[in-house]
Amino acid sequence: MKHLKTPESLLFYMMLIREFELKIAEMFAYGKLAGTMFHLSVGQEATSVGTIAALEEGDFISSHHRGHGHMIALGADIKLMMAEMFGKRTGYCKGKGGSMHIADIELGNLGANGIVGAGIPIATGAAYAVRYRGGKQVVLCPFGDGAVNEGVFHESLNFAALHKLPIVYVIENNQYAMSTSVTKSTSITDLYKRACAYGISGEFVDGMDVEAVLETTKKAVERARRGEGPTLIESRTYRYYGHSRSDPAPYRTKEEEEEWKQRDPIKQYQRKLIERGIITENDVKKMGEEIQKILDEAVKFADESPYPEPSEIFEDIYA
Amino acid sequence: MKEMTYRDAIREGLWEEMKRDDRVCLLGEDIGVYGGAYKVTRGLLDEFGPMRVLDTPMSEALIAGAAVGMALVGLRPVAEIMYIDFVTLAMDQIVNQAAKFHFMTGGKVKVPMVLRTQGGTGRSAAAQHSQSLEAWFVHIPGLKVVMPATPADAKGLIKAAIRDENPVIFIEHKGLYNLKGPVPEEEQIIEIGKADVKKEGKDLSIISYSKMLHTCLSAAEKLEEEGISTEVLDLRSLRPMDDEAIKKSAEKTGRVLVVTEANKTAGTSAEIFARVTELVPKARVARIAGKDVVIGCSPVLEKSSIPSEEEIIEAAKKLLES
Repeated sequence: MKHLKTPESLLFYMMLIREFELKIAEMFAYGKLAGTMFHLSVGQEATSVGTIAALEEGDFISSHHRGHGHMIALGADIKLMMAEMFGKRTGYCKGKGGSMHIADIELGNLGANGIVGAGIPIATGAAYAVRYRGGKQVVLCPFGDGAVNEGVFHESLNFAALHKLPIVYVIENNQYAMSTSVTKSTSITDLYKRACAYGISGEFVDGMDVEAVLETTKKAVERARRGEGPTLIESRTYRYYGHSRSDPAPYRTKEEEEEWKQRDPIKQYQRKLIERGIITENDVKKMGEEIQKILDEAVKFADESPYPEPSEIFEDIYA
Repeated sequence: MKEMTYRDAIREGLWEEMKRDDRVCLLGEDIGVYGGAYKVTRGLLDEFGPMRVLDTPMSEALIAGAAVGMALVGLRPVAEIMYIDFVTLAMDQIVNQAAKFHFMTGGKVKVPMVLRTQGGTGRSAAAQHSQSLEAWFVHIPGLKVVMPATPADAKGLIKAAIRDENPVIFIEHKGLYNLKGPVPEEEQIIEIGKADVKKEGKDLSIISYSKMLHTCLSAAEKLEEEGISTEVLDLRSLRPMDDEAIKKSAEKTGRVLVVTEANKTAGTSAEIFARVTELVPKARVARIAGKDVVIGCSPVLEKSSIPSEEEIIEAAKKLLES
């Protein structure tokens, strides 16, 4: 993706995702948002940005319920995103989709999904369509660790491997499917090892390291584009907040949370880029200010936008 | 007009649409080399090749989900679920995905896909291969549901379904595949949502669809012999349902008998019955539906689970006396 070619841009988009999510938490507290179904991806920014940075314009991605980061990394208009969170008609989906279904096909996003794992066969079908039309695009299919225990995971990976489809499956393993830890739900906790059941490459990557995620995904995307078939990547990460805004995460310890926060993907990368002399502390500060400006404008836009008319519920059911 | 079977009519519809539009492709279990469990797709693999006639693994959720993904990226897939009973394995992709994507994205994407399947009794296929589950789909905004009863309607509606911009559930009946009937030589596209009066009459209307329509037509002939002029309305589409045609017939005769193979409780007969009373409150309405039972294997058990011609005649006479 052209807008994610430099280290500074990787950092900027990670910071934008983080601050967007924090703004959502704030707006939620003010009662500004539609509902409580907001699944924040704070902590997982390196995975969203690193995987999407490996794509080219024209490629596709299927998203899921924790999908704000995907949209932002794709270069979404923050105003239209915020308006959708507010349930306003100026939002990406006219207030009809909300946080869980926010998507824009023009950005290559095939749709976000409220059903765990449901995007996997859809992305797989899209990859088949690319092959059918002789296209060179690749489909990125991210999902959480919970999704690997859905039947469609198996059905889709088997099919994609069989046909060597141009698709990259990414397990964003934040280690909890709602409240249930991977250790309590899954017999083999190294999730990437499932790739061997389909005879495809399985890769493990540190999901808190944006450059590592980018490198691993890039190789997988190139393989897919060359016609060598799918890859299953496990990007191990952590969500700092609960499952949604109604979850205080009583199922894990504060010590565990602190341990992961020590490896914060954004702070880590800021440090790295300053050490390399690519940016200064002052640049980071400026980025932060620019982001706050973007978010303030987005909140203003969303706040001032009209709600849909009640009658709009009857529109867009059929094309 | 040419004579052909229901099976051949659907195949010809698929063939013509695949010739016309190279975005149209088929996917499903055993549809290629084997030609489909009921041989509807026989010969299409040789004509169009394995990319466009795709034999899938036994993965119903993948079949439905992949069709959604293919449709999103610009193809016009026709997915086959071998028996309607197997849709339980694919329901999320149909109900939560195919039906919702257009709305959830604020109208930005379309899902122009067809899901072909077949249901119904008549082959002693027992409890898990004989059901009439159409009500599940009829209940879902975002889907269209068609159930043709004749070869001409089957061909005209499969073509319309493929050209539709929305997900269409196309439900065939396993007991109709060998039925022969006239099919127009020239191209005919039958509008989804339009019912058809299969027999005119003035004393009584029978509303039905799919294979049960033929039992109703046969009952209507017998009633006619007894001097009862019976109209038979074939709904053809269950979603959208042709309220105008229902109203017209109910107003004309004032007495409506609803007949479905699908079982009674919360079934399609309940919906049709309710619509008649809403549209024409003064009409007298009765219904005969499949029994609320699990379908048995033995032909005797199977037969007793669905409405018979005798039951229809009896109910019609009772309705006339009321």
